[in-house]
Amino acid sequence: MSSHLHIEKIEKNYEDLKALNNLAFDAHQGQLISLVGANGSGKTTLLRIMAGLDFPNNGKIIFNGKELNIHDLRKIATLVFQKSIMFNTSVFKNVAFGLKVRGVDTKKIRDKVFDSLSSVSLQGFENKKANNLSGGDQQRVALARAFIIKPQILLLDEPTANLDPSNAIIVENTIKEILERKSCIIVMATHNLYQARRLSSFIAHLHYGRIIEFSKSEKFFAQPENKITQKFVSGELQF
Amino acid sequence: MFETFIEAIHQAIILIWSGDPEVFSITLRSLYVSGLATLLSCLWGLPIALGLALSSFRGKKLIRGFFNAMLGVPTVALGLILYLLLSKSGPLGIFRLLYTPLGISIGQSLLITPIVVSFASSAIESVDVGVRDLARTLGASRFQTDLAVMHESTWGIILAIVASFSRAFAELGVAMMVGGNIRYVTRVLTTSIALETARGEIAFSIALTIILMIIVFSLTFIINFLRRT
Repeated sequence: MSSHLHIEKIEKNYEDLKALNNLAFDAHQGQLISLVGANGSGKTTLLRIMAGLDFPNNGKIIFNGKELNIHDLRKIATLVFQKSIMFNTSVFKNVAFGLKVRGVDTKKIRDKVFDSLSSVSLQGFENKKANNLSGGDQQRVALARAFIIKPQILLLDEPTANLDPSNAIIVENTIKEILERKSCIIVMATHNLYQARRLSSFIAHLHYGRIIEFSKSEKFFAQPENKITQKFVSGELQF
Repeated sequence: MFETFIEAIHQAIILIWSGDPEVFSITLRSLYVSGLATLLSCLWGLPIALGLALSSFRGKKLIRGFFNAMLGVPTVALGLILYLLLSKSGPLGIFRLLYTPLGISIGQSLLITPIVVSFASSAIESVDVGVRDLARTLGASRFQTDLAVMHESTWGIILAIVASFSRAFAELGVAMMVGGNIRYVTRVLTTSIALETARGEIAFSIALTIILMIIVFSLTFIINFLRRT
């Protein structure tokens, strides 16, 4: 059965500031939803709520018909941060962390870590200290560490923002491979409209905490309905 | 004066080199007493440090302030309080801890508990907030998240323990007032140094001081070396 994610009227307030306002959208297994918009538009806040790292003030996250609380979200969703954070240990232990906390057998962990690292072209990096790797390699480790636990919702916060073009392509190809497996729903925040176009099934344009345009990737770029989105896509929007 | 000092150092080296039994028994006793004090302080100090660093509750600032203030407690003052508590007529006199190595260990453990608590909790709190989020988003429970955060601060906690041991090992007030500096029973390096200096046995004092310094510096050196490797 294909998984279905329903985001319903999510709101998040920081004192007087409405960071997210009445956000809603749907996603299905195998789809990648890109969140685009200016800095401070609420992309990261939404991802953190979907990862179970922050509470919304209102709204629901429903997955396969069941409303999820913060603990459920942490079990099925995982977030890859914009600035890759590494545990101060080896690459192997970093990638193995999610399996270890789930009590997976040591032998299985070993095999899966090796598979996972080879899928991001990091074979032979197992014993290297994760914190000593380059930014690009760290982001690949972060991806391997995220998808090794087979999340049902994979959340990516500007996964290529700090990478050089060659590393960005490797990371993007890895995302494509995950997409091709159609094993999860991916929600990705990005400033890179070309990347959003290449990877997304749907694109959501966030503007001051609201989704002002949500449409299929092709339509988003060819015929956006919202005037602000039209300017955003054409590069005319000024903040 | 300078020649006397050089001569004293020469004699001190001979004392150490020849394996003087009294020098060695004092050194071993010091290591035992302060080692036990460090163990005891970790027993209650580390859980307090963890509680302060990883949870928020009412009165947390007050507790932290108390331990920070206690960092500078004069050892003589603590020694006097313990002497009054542990003396025969004191409220804890029935335990007969006065003038025993265990009494010194307990006294020193109280002296260094603020170091363990303040330094270890700071080390845990200095771990990047992102590490906590990372552990959570990978499915760790609260306990597993706390373990991950603790793991990140391992070296900070080790340094807190080493600093505590060094403080206990080098303090004089508690060892003198609670231990009484009894030969072959409670005499430790610092109390011996004070006594021998007062008696004019400068060479013996210098020998003990060299040992004291070597142990404290070696420990710090080893920890820094291990940390780097």
